[in-house]
Amino acid sequence: MAQIALPKSELVLQNSPGLRGDMAIRRVGKVILTIMPWLGYLFLWLPILVLILFSFNQSRTNAVWNGFTLDWYKLLLSGQFSTEKRLSTQYLIQAMGNSAFVAFFSTLIATMLGTTVALGMERLVFRGRRALDLLLYLPVVIPEVTMGLSLLLFFSGVFRGLNQLTGSQLALSLTTVIIGHVVFCMPFVAIVVRARLAGMSRSLEEAARDLGADEWRTFRYVTLPLLMPGIVAGGLLALTLSLDDFVVTLFTSGVNSTTLPLFVYGMIKFGVNPSINAISTLIVCVSMGLVLFSLILQRNRG
Amino acid sequence: MNNKRFLLFSALFAVFALALLAHPVATAHNSNQAATMASTMAAGSTMSATAAPTSSIVFTPVATAALVNGNPQELHIYNYTTYIADDTISNFEKLYNVKVSYDTYETSDVMLAKIQAGNPGYDIIVPPDYDIPLLVKAGLLQPLDVSQLSNFTQNATKRFVNPPYDPGNKYSVAYQWGTIGIGFVPAATAKLGHAPTSWADLFDPKLKARAAVLNSPRETIAIMLNFLGKDPNSTKKADLDAVKAYLIAHKDVIARFHDSDGQISLAKGEVDAISDWSGDMFQVIADPANAKANLQYIIPKEGTVIWTDNMAIPKGAPNKDLAMKFINYIYDSRVAASISNYTGYGTPNQAAIDQKLIDAASLANPSIYPPADVEAKLFVLSDIGDAQTLYDQEWADIKAAVSQ
Amino acid sequence: MAATPLPYNERRQRIQVRLLVWPATAWLIAFFVLPLLVVFLYSFLTPSSLYQASGPLTLDNYARLIEPTYISVLVRSALTAIVATVICVLVGYPLAFFVATRRPAVRNFFLLLVIVPFWTNFLVRTYAMEFLMNDKGLVNTLLIDYLHLITDPLSMMNTPFAVYIGLIYGYLPFMVLPIYTSIEKFNFRLVEAAHDLGANDLRAFLRVMLPVTLPGVLAGCILVFIPALGAYVTPDLLGGAKFLMVGNQIKQFVDSPTGKPFGSALSVGMMSIVVVALLIYYRFADRDAA
Repeated sequence: MAQIALPKSELVLQNSPGLRGDMAIRRVGKVILTIMPWLGYLFLWLPILVLILFSFNQSRTNAVWNGFTLDWYKLLLSGQFSTEKRLSTQYLIQAMGNSAFVAFFSTLIATMLGTTVALGMERLVFRGRRALDLLLYLPVVIPEVTMGLSLLLFFSGVFRGLNQLTGSQLALSLTTVIIGHVVFCMPFVAIVVRARLAGMSRSLEEAARDLGADEWRTFRYVTLPLLMPGIVAGGLLALTLSLDDFVVTLFTSGVNSTTLPLFVYGMIKFGVNPSINAISTLIVCVSMGLVLFSLILQRNRG
Repeated sequence: MNNKRFLLFSALFAVFALALLAHPVATAHNSNQAATMASTMAAGSTMSATAAPTSSIVFTPVATAALVNGNPQELHIYNYTTYIADDTISNFEKLYNVKVSYDTYETSDVMLAKIQAGNPGYDIIVPPDYDIPLLVKAGLLQPLDVSQLSNFTQNATKRFVNPPYDPGNKYSVAYQWGTIGIGFVPAATAKLGHAPTSWADLFDPKLKARAAVLNSPRETIAIMLNFLGKDPNSTKKADLDAVKAYLIAHKDVIARFHDSDGQISLAKGEVDAISDWSGDMFQVIADPANAKANLQYIIPKEGTVIWTDNMAIPKGAPNKDLAMKFINYIYDSRVAASISNYTGYGTPNQAAIDQKLIDAASLANPSIYPPADVEAKLFVLSDIGDAQTLYDQEWADIKAAVSQ
Repeated sequence: MAATPLPYNERRQRIQVRLLVWPATAWLIAFFVLPLLVVFLYSFLTPSSLYQASGPLTLDNYARLIEPTYISVLVRSALTAIVATVICVLVGYPLAFFVATRRPAVRNFFLLLVIVPFWTNFLVRTYAMEFLMNDKGLVNTLLIDYLHLITDPLSMMNTPFAVYIGLIYGYLPFMVLPIYTSIEKFNFRLVEAAHDLGANDLRAFLRVMLPVTLPGVLAGCILVFIPALGAYVTPDLLGGAKFLMVGNQIKQFVDSPTGKPFGSALSVGMMSIVVVALLIYYRFADRDAA
């Protein structure tokens, strides 16, 4: 047809009626598809970048740039940085410790439960499989306020009953926080692992079986290693969710069970000083570090 | 063979889960792992603002052995935010060689809700006067033995000994007292034409979306009842509906309901006038960073509530003895003075006043220690029993309607 | 149960099922289903000033729920969530398209660029928005002091606008990720085929690409709509008194000494909206079982 090697769609367009309109649509489309993503990225990153920038601000009120300083970071590592007593560094470190404690156990339990249930769902057939499918999906979509409220009412009632019956002194604590975290983390792990399982070809497993390995050995030496990236991905997801959770933790925490998000929430209302920015910047750096680390891991696995 | 492994796996899991469940207070080791125990909290850093001058108190650490099972004893306090001096807690920790955990709440009904749901492990709570009869009726407080509180017997102001809401101080002793008034930025309220003197000024339409109302239901409703000429402790639905109607009619003025961070909003310039606790306003007024704004606090002419917060020991407190020691410590005249000088509230400690430990400026301030003619217009909140439910409902309706 | 013992394989399968599936199921039933039932039960209790809630069972909470004051909050929450979802789709689809059409080598990088802001603490992100939108915050300072475009500060905080920005900001990645997955699997040759048949870009998109990537869009919608409906922190910190959403209200009631029964009723009301949304989703999603 034409001498110029236009891509086929261009050729067709050139010969169709309403050409100008269609070319206009294409141009508009290209503009939208170029601008919108960058606007989107800007929207996502602007607050973060500003936050990081102002963590170096030499000003108490955070609105005007007054000069560069590392003082806020130094302050974080040294002593009190607000007159509000509970905002001292001691409490910050305690909150971070609580967050780590909760995240570790929630991730551990959620990963174990999620992996086992994913294996069960994908590999076995049993009654109530569809019901379990739905049940697994629900914690993902339920609003956090409802989950928090339900756990609060549940634990209060159970503890009151148990305390009256047995004289125990059960109360809301980090344990109840962990239990709540597992409830919404585990389905995410299950989803990720199931996706991985579904995508895995069974030929390797069958080959192992043919070579005489029994079920446990197949699982341990073939399935599990193949599954590991999925388990790790699910675990990382659970870890993120647990570290970041606010609402459910708020409802299920008791005395002395302040996690980092709860701590920051307390600060937002009172403290305006850039030490919050410093904390957040550190968190961003740690997160980026974790992400890069997992990327490198993935690249090594091929 | 694989059956056994599966069984082992699930058995381990069950043991693990049971172990976690049976350890409700898995927090103990956290507190010990936290940074150094009694960290220096004194305002030594240039970055932190000293809101009010804190008298430096020097205690020689008493080597009282307060160890149980080799771990230092721990006291769990649940108190309002911004309601204690910088070094009160750390001095107590040093004095008795114990650890103190300090949780806070913004409004008393949050504390009430938590305690009613079952004491999660607090040794000391700080309820307002009108909640004490309610807590006693519900069996949620432990009796204190006032005779063991030597500092209280010696130092307390007469008015707070054997108060009407707690005869014989059976369950509580006063902690701080104060009023609720209007805090404002004079430059911003100039548009009203005159300095605010009445509750009506807080709801003046010229303050459109620039006023914040205290989110404490009992107090705010009582103030509005009194403003509308009714009994501030009324339990009649018609009276409460009148308050609701008034607030809804003036909803455009209300930017938000604040939980006791209203004074921060005021200082930030987000609002022009707020109803707030007296001491919170004075803390923010004393902050040198806000000197330019010249924030003010007044008790409006229609009158307001005069309230007393009290220390009490809830049932199920893990460490009652240490709690009693703490209460006695608070009633030391120097400790009491340092707290009131910091928080800007009235002290129930006569000895602190007599020994001239309280700031002279505070004593002379009619908004902190009101003179007799103002005191005549102040009213106390009393227990309303089951009408509490009605109040909660009306308050929720008010907030929902204002947000339309 | 069979009269004869099951053959070895089947018995082993049953045990395996039990061991693999029951821990998770037991956990969810104990700590998810039961608590939800407790909420449902609480919504029928009477508030009490002494004990927070007590018998007798009553429908009063639901009678109060359908009063205009509270229904309007539910309706407004639902509408806000819908608007936020729609805007997320409009912003998220081009973003997902962009990421999915990059070279494979850089695709992960661009994807992470979307996700990493999400790795910061949620509250800290909300605080950053508050900092940007405050009367004395960054945007106003720029506009007033540096660019001299306006004199009075733009009142962005404590407005519905702030809440929308906060919601969209918080849930955009939830929209982008499922759409990205769909587009990544999309065979662009279909678009070429459409072009061959005479369609322009717009028709090719509407008739070919959109329907095929619709499962991703729908999944994203559900993942945005439901959390947005029950949002609590964002309206609380950014909206002030003027933008009460159902999530705030539930928390308010739970915090008050006698509010748990009504808070539970509100929760049930909100959950019914969620159930409706899920039903709609399943209706549409079932057609293209991905």
